[in-house]
Amino acid sequence: MTWEPVIGIEVHVELLTSSKMFCGCRVSFGDPPNTNVCPTCLGLPGSLPVPNRRAIEWLVKIGLALNCRINEWSVFHRKNYFYADLPKNYQISQYDHPVCVDGWLDVSGPDGAFRVGIERAHMEEDTGKSIHLGEGGRIHSATQTLLDFNRAGVPLVEIVSKPDIGTPPRARAFAQELREVILTLGVSDARLEEGSMRFDANVSLRRPGGPLGTKVEVKNMNSFRSLERALGYEIDRQRKLLEAGREVVQETRHWDEEAGVTQGMRTKEVSSDYRYFPDPDLVPIVVDTAWRERIAAELPELPAQRRARYLDQGVDPQTASVLSASEPDLRNLYDQAVEAGADPRTTALWVTGEITAALRRDEQLRLPAGGELAELLTLIEQGTVSASAAKEVLAGMLAGEGGAREVAERRNLIQISDSDALSEVVDTVLAENPDAVERYRAGEGKVLGFLVGQVMRATGGRADPRLVNRLLAERLG
Amino acid sequence: MSAFMPIDIDIVHVARLARIDLHPDELESYRAQLGVILEHAAKVQAYDTSGVEPISHPLGFTNAFREDEPAPSLPRDEVLSAAPEARDGYFVAPPTMETE
Amino acid sequence: MSTPTIAEANRLFEEGLLDPVELLSEVLHRASLTEAELHAYLTIDHEGARRRAEAAAERLARGERRGPLDGIPIALKDNLCTKGVETTCASQILAGWVPPYDATAVARLQEAGAVLVGKTNLDEFAMGSSTENSAYGPTRNPWDTERVPGGSSGGSAAAVAVGSAVAALGSDTGGSIRQPAALCGVVGFKPTYGLVSRYGLVAFASSLDQIGPITRTVADAGMLFEVIAGHDPLDATSYPGQVPRWDAELDAGVGGVRIGLVRELSGDGIDPEVAEVCRRVLDLLSDQGAQVVEVSLPTVEVALSAYYLVAPAECSANLARFDGIRYGLRVPGDTVSETMGRTRAEGFGPEVTRRILLGTYALSAGYYDAFYLQAQRVRALVVQDFAEAYQKADVLVSPTSPTTAFPLGAKVADPLAMYMSDVCTIPSNLAGHPAISLPVGLDSAGLPIGLQIMAPALGETLLFRVAAEVERVAGFDARPRLAEGMP
Repeated sequence: MTWEPVIGIEVHVELLTSSKMFCGCRVSFGDPPNTNVCPTCLGLPGSLPVPNRRAIEWLVKIGLALNCRINEWSVFHRKNYFYADLPKNYQISQYDHPVCVDGWLDVSGPDGAFRVGIERAHMEEDTGKSIHLGEGGRIHSATQTLLDFNRAGVPLVEIVSKPDIGTPPRARAFAQELREVILTLGVSDARLEEGSMRFDANVSLRRPGGPLGTKVEVKNMNSFRSLERALGYEIDRQRKLLEAGREVVQETRHWDEEAGVTQGMRTKEVSSDYRYFPDPDLVPIVVDTAWRERIAAELPELPAQRRARYLDQGVDPQTASVLSASEPDLRNLYDQAVEAGADPRTTALWVTGEITAALRRDEQLRLPAGGELAELLTLIEQGTVSASAAKEVLAGMLAGEGGAREVAERRNLIQISDSDALSEVVDTVLAENPDAVERYRAGEGKVLGFLVGQVMRATGGRADPRLVNRLLAERLG
Repeated sequence: MSAFMPIDIDIVHVARLARIDLHPDELESYRAQLGVILEHAAKVQAYDTSGVEPISHPLGFTNAFREDEPAPSLPRDEVLSAAPEARDGYFVAPPTMETE
Repeated sequence: MSTPTIAEANRLFEEGLLDPVELLSEVLHRASLTEAELHAYLTIDHEGARRRAEAAAERLARGERRGPLDGIPIALKDNLCTKGVETTCASQILAGWVPPYDATAVARLQEAGAVLVGKTNLDEFAMGSSTENSAYGPTRNPWDTERVPGGSSGGSAAAVAVGSAVAALGSDTGGSIRQPAALCGVVGFKPTYGLVSRYGLVAFASSLDQIGPITRTVADAGMLFEVIAGHDPLDATSYPGQVPRWDAELDAGVGGVRIGLVRELSGDGIDPEVAEVCRRVLDLLSDQGAQVVEVSLPTVEVALSAYYLVAPAECSANLARFDGIRYGLRVPGDTVSETMGRTRAEGFGPEVTRRILLGTYALSAGYYDAFYLQAQRVRALVVQDFAEAYQKADVLVSPTSPTTAFPLGAKVADPLAMYMSDVCTIPSNLAGHPAISLPVGLDSAGLPIGLQIMAPALGETLLFRVAAEVERVAGFDARPRLAEGMP
């Protein structure tokens, strides 16, 4: 009998608002420690929180993008626990009345499309940062803790998926799709390595159709790859335990990227009892229909909608996914070129192929305008430049040498489609290769290719190969 | 809610949740005092409150927000001068244990 | 001369008979005579006060006074943050802490030109009804120094009673302005919750705390209220609407006003002398045309129970931040956790510890619904009770405190008996309603008796109208022993 993994993902997203969630301190990363702090985010006696309206609007935006129901009435709670980087020793968060509930996200994964339920998305505040000084920088061998509260109070949205993700690759695809949504909304820079987007996972195994097993929380995965690897490892570990007739312990485990394993933290002395209660410093949030609709009207095109549009425009599914996941500049280039009349399918292939590759080699390159790309594609279609020459034209365009035709002309890459001009070259080639002509006429058809090659070489590759073929055929006929 | 709840107080657990390191004799004395107070407080349980919404803000208004505009932060020297220990722009605390 | 009221000082300023520097000297002189016995102040800011008094004197000389508080020496309860002036909340855990900012109420007083004299004593973190729970020693009652001044704003009430401040600010979570005002023979006013910003008030129980004035007269309380009230963008619970005018109907008398005596707060558990004096005042009001009725607030007793769950629950979270990491006392341990635990064990006094434990328990898993949530529902019932009472009466009255000032140490060992001191005042906090206490007589021991007037939310205009009439008919003009016979 097999075991079936059940995976739920918990995501924390730091919002890139101008100011913090409950005070006016700047949201700014990499500043000297404790320079963006005030009485409120330091939890000084007497200070009070006042919520950032934009952060709430952005949370609603996220909720709408994830097809959530937006609760008309929601409340901030205090989550009580003592930790050195939590200034008030409680975190303002949401509990039984979050802003967003019951949504879903459609994901196109490696094995097809699937839907992940969204349990909730709520607002909270981030903690400060602890630096553990001592041998190896590890918590349990540290001799001192240095505390920086610049991050304390940065708006943090927590998104909790339903536990209905079946495999690690799907978990990864979900995480990537969610990141695309967040980036598209423009509410966070969503950098995994810097922690502005953080993934935790809950994993358990069960018999197909059977009751849910004991779940383990896995933390500390700083890339999509480590998310997938950690889940793979953890599922394997649990399967081995269960197959050996042993039990899975409910616990939190840390992913160790170098060792490639998840490791249990020492068992907690105190079982967590967060003593949630409504924060009496704050009044309820009411998102009425008018407010919700105003926010909905501002929603940009979401990744799934974008992919559907690309497919409608005739782009193949594989390219549509790649294009959708591309940088906004590249997607805009596609849109503008198509608007300027270029064929969507070809445009998408060029944008995700040659142009992306060129940018990867050199980030400084200047993207062409949509009209310029359209012009290049027209030159190819009309046979003015060959497909291979077009790559060289593009290189010139990216290097800032000018528009497509300008570059093609300057670099002498225009195809010779003039049959008079080509006829001369063809005649010369035939005159210079009597043997080949003889062999062809004797029935050795493949010699034609050699003669075409000679014409191409004589024209520096610029001859229109179809025309060359026709002219040779006429003369050898 | 009609039945009174028996008052049993795991004072060690409560003191740990509240992060107050009390001596065993102090704990026992607080346990006894809390018992007396809670017995009185438990009178709230005798009231029929079915259908009553717990109160939030006495004046009942909602949506108190600030606009997303940065305001000046405190000078760091002023912030750190109040700290029991500080160094290189950081607050300094003893080591954090994983079990916390 | 004796320390004038705000209104008297304004008249003397305008007539050129007094200037703010002289007034400050007078107030500080009184402090120097009384403090050794009274201990109303934790800190006196001599230098800051002199600077402000001089500036006020210049404005007076130039005819540029900013209003009725310009040049008036005012004391602040030491749980109000004052930039550059130590703020301790009468706790060891905040010993030496100097806030980098001013509370909004403090900043508004400064802008109005008030001369901030110093910080007054209180029960640690405002938890108590006698000012005996101060880590720096109790304040004594100026009428009888063997007795308590009430609390938790005991220092503010005592200072105003002896004239070592012309007026003061206190904070009221369950009666902490009104009860000490009653026990010290002065006026104490708790505004509607949300009218005065709590920004910079070190929180005890956020949904109940409200800053308010302690003064010698009703009009003085109104003048102070007018300056400190009003919406504050730094406090999300601050009321965004119009602040009621305290003096809009001040001289209208009580003709036709329905005054409800709260039955549950006038019999059992109330000292007969106190109850008797309050009834006599009602008779006088009746003579002035008021319609005196008896009303019932059946939830009064259970309100006390609800209060002693809600307030400690909120305080358990509000006081979690005192952990020895970022400010205040640190008692070092080997780990962060140990440091926090030791700091809190040593830094908090017994009453604060008791309430933190109580609140932690009431919020903890398995007890939340039965205790905290149920208490909040009972709180809603208290509001309903008031609403019904206000069908029959326009304002409600009761004694402010069941007894006059009790001896030091009398209730220290019995927390529940101490909590009972707040039975009359707590309902207004739970409902968020305004209430005022004013002295209306003395008992046979010569101790002042306070009458409490309560009004519905935002009912300040009527509240002050009735209070002004009570003040007039009661004609209370006694002064405490410590304020008598002084130069």
